[in-house]
Amino acid sequence: MAGRRSARARTRFDLDVARGLHAATVDGADEPDPGVLLSLRGLRTVFRTDDGVVNAVDGIDADIRRGATTCIVGESGSGKSATARSVLQVVDNPGLIEAGRMLYRRTPDAPVIDLAALEPTGAALRSIRGKEIGLVFQEPMSALSPVHTIGNQIVEVLRLHDPAPKEEMRARAVETLARVGIPRPEERFDAYTFQLSGGMRQRAMIAMSLICKPSLLIADEPTTALDVTTQAQILTLLAELKETMGMTMMFITHDLGVVAEIADEVVVMRHGAVVEQGSVDDIFHRPQHEYTQRLLSTLPQRDASGGWAVGTGARQRTSPTTLRQSTPLLQIKELDLTFSGSSGRLFGRGGTPVHAVNRVSLDVAEGSTVGLVGESGCGKTSLGRCVLRAYQPSSGQLLYRSAGGDVVDLAAMDEKQLKPYRHEVRMVFQDPYGSLNPRLTVRQVIGDPLRAARVGKDEIEERVADMLVRVGLRRDMASRYPHAFSGGERQRIGIARALITRPRLVVADEAVSALDVSVRAQILELMAELQQDLGLTYLFISHDLSVVERICDRVAVMYFGRLVEEGTATEVFGNPQHDYTRALLSAVPIPDPRLRGTRPLLTYRPDDDPSAAA
Amino acid sequence: MVRFLVARLLYAVPTLLAISIIVFAIIQLPPGDYLTTLTATMQEQGQVVDEAFLEALRVRYGLDQGFLVQYGKWMTGMFQGDFGLSFQYSRPVWDLIAERLPLTLLLGVATMLVTWLIALPAGIYSAIKQRSAGDYAISGLGFLALAIPNFLAALLLAYVGFLLGQNVGGMFSPEFANTPWSWAKIVDLLAHLWIPVLVIGLGGTAGIIRVTRANMLDELHKPYVTTARAKGMPEGRLVTKYPVRIALNPFISTSGWHLPAIFDGEVIVAQVLALGTMGPLLLSALKAQDMYLAGAILLIIAVLTVVGTLISDVLLALVDPRVRFGKA
Repeated sequence: MAGRRSARARTRFDLDVARGLHAATVDGADEPDPGVLLSLRGLRTVFRTDDGVVNAVDGIDADIRRGATTCIVGESGSGKSATARSVLQVVDNPGLIEAGRMLYRRTPDAPVIDLAALEPTGAALRSIRGKEIGLVFQEPMSALSPVHTIGNQIVEVLRLHDPAPKEEMRARAVETLARVGIPRPEERFDAYTFQLSGGMRQRAMIAMSLICKPSLLIADEPTTALDVTTQAQILTLLAELKETMGMTMMFITHDLGVVAEIADEVVVMRHGAVVEQGSVDDIFHRPQHEYTQRLLSTLPQRDASGGWAVGTGARQRTSPTTLRQSTPLLQIKELDLTFSGSSGRLFGRGGTPVHAVNRVSLDVAEGSTVGLVGESGCGKTSLGRCVLRAYQPSSGQLLYRSAGGDVVDLAAMDEKQLKPYRHEVRMVFQDPYGSLNPRLTVRQVIGDPLRAARVGKDEIEERVADMLVRVGLRRDMASRYPHAFSGGERQRIGIARALITRPRLVVADEAVSALDVSVRAQILELMAELQQDLGLTYLFISHDLSVVERICDRVAVMYFGRLVEEGTATEVFGNPQHDYTRALLSAVPIPDPRLRGTRPLLTYRPDDDPSAAA
Repeated sequence: MVRFLVARLLYAVPTLLAISIIVFAIIQLPPGDYLTTLTATMQEQGQVVDEAFLEALRVRYGLDQGFLVQYGKWMTGMFQGDFGLSFQYSRPVWDLIAERLPLTLLLGVATMLVTWLIALPAGIYSAIKQRSAGDYAISGLGFLALAIPNFLAALLLAYVGFLLGQNVGGMFSPEFANTPWSWAKIVDLLAHLWIPVLVIGLGGTAGIIRVTRANMLDELHKPYVTTARAKGMPEGRLVTKYPVRIALNPFISTSGWHLPAIFDGEVIVAQVLALGTMGPLLLSALKAQDMYLAGAILLIIAVLTVVGTLISDVLLALVDPRVRFGKA
């Protein structure tokens, strides 16, 4: 019954499609080269907001060559994502494609269709979405519906574009899931998004956009939300699929390392305009534009063998030998943190305790920067919070050498005893937007710790103003609210807040991870400068190995709550001892397209390590 | 799931016991008892009240005994299916309730259906066409409905009904009031029903429209909606399959509250329109300190609230896998 009705609806739909496509067909002199799959010409996408019109994409021209991978690179706000979404006309409200053409030619001999001329909700464009052009988003958790199964959402694409009996569609979906490397696809078909890991979710999303074998796959920051090892797997998968399916790929990213790994051609965007475009080799080795050169200069330097050359262009590092001799400011001894999994007892699931930090010992020398690296969930943030005593460690010691020279155990103290040390150990947070109260002025935000310590009003005023200058802001900014600042400036405010109490140890938890590369470089410079001037010690928590490599004296690698390797940055990055460290390092993209594929991707399977698997 | 249900049912027992004690205490809270009210009424009518007679009544009704003894008797009776006797009507409480139950339920269910049938589509439309003329019209009417007190709307509509030549007040025209059920009587009932349904539904409708609209606006801009759009889904199907499904969650998690609401109806509106539903019965029982009648009604409402909450929890777990797997 449903079949007959949908058959009639389908005929009508096909007619609408044909009519729509015909109307948008372009012919004549300005037809693009048959080797070009998609040609963007003068594309302008605007966002009309209450504050005026923002030209997110400001009249760009770009060609996507058939069979190639074109990367669109840029920092946040460059319009790269808006460009990707414009192609399918799925720009977020209130975005609107205002001008330009998007000439699309499915096969070299197919007619040229102007995608911009199609009705956004019309049948013709719908017949292209998901079928000929697939889209993969950044965050698979939010890009997939939380209340529908993976299978349901994948089969839906088939139901829309290639309907078949239910069993057949299911079989095809399972087959595609297997193809993108999801183990036990039969079972995962009925899984919900939250039951899969981040990497599996992204694979499911890729399966969804590939099931109709599109001629163009648009991937919008598909690996940004993933760990570096997972990112490497997804990049390999995409390259493989592109090869076997003869697909064209448009890859949006802010990460030049990823570009070097995957791109054939590169389009560099800034402020909604194309700054430079060319082959990946040209962009990396003969960049013409000053902005491209600046972006490239933020990359860690490599030596020709693809090994890890440490320290070039970075700040002067404290010599390791002097560090080893100096007494540690903080000695973490056998620190243990267990979270009891008590949530959801009502539903009868026994909560297994989570061993977030598993007998970690680590020395932090005074005046040094110690990097703490690992994948998400490895316990690095938990360890940082134990040091701050935001978490109460289950056991172990935090031996802190106070300014007076006597050694105290922070782990054994109660709140009252901790109070003086709360000023000496401070934290800088990751998210410069979420970590500042929008209802407090900058003066209140920064001065709050002083107010808690009952410092007089005038003195607070003076010290806040001084601190603002220190972190590279202006004195008169103190009365503004956080929303008036950019991401980088906000992070400066966050640093000022941490430093206002004249701390000795600063825990920086992913302090630069949310920032654009150029801003990131400035913040790192600032942190180095402050370290020199104020004699600070940093515990630098990050998943970004290239940053850690550049600024840290010593590096500790964590895996499932355990410290697997610790040493100087040169030792750890140059000659990793533990298999996990090797796997982690092998997954970091090499930011040089000429070295692509010269280094095998290692995987770490802790099967022989029962305590790590637990 | 079974374990969850059993656990929840077990939790409900102490909850209900506690509620019954509180209910009983509250009914006894005002100074005096039913006999005080009776005395006052009789004196008003110029009758002489004989102290001995009152004392006899007090002993007979058990009002001379302590709180715990009275409560104990009440609960024991309750477990045997005996809700006690109404002082006011001198009839078993259960008979009084049963008499009014069908009409009350009819009014409650009709109101609920009308409310949802209007509010959900209006709220969804309002969100999809945000800042359109239709959105403003719906929002404007919604605020108006929200702002008008129920009883005032009841009076206004009663007047409109009167102008239309209808017999207003009550659920039946006088000629049908005491006749057995017939087609004519049903038609007459429907002719009367629309006023209370509209009046009671009005405020609720407006509230639901606002919440639906807000939920939908949150969901409509989520990335998964864009994903679905990029798959080539038609807008209509897309909206009903994804955002609406999630925007309904808050309603599902509070759906159980309708159960007690259906039972007691709108007390004030029912009073104004002189409806033969449970609300006015409860009101008069409370005023007259008719403790067994008031207590029974209040306790039934409490039981329905507890059961309703359980039902909505189960419903939510059924429709939202995140709840089922404890991820929400």
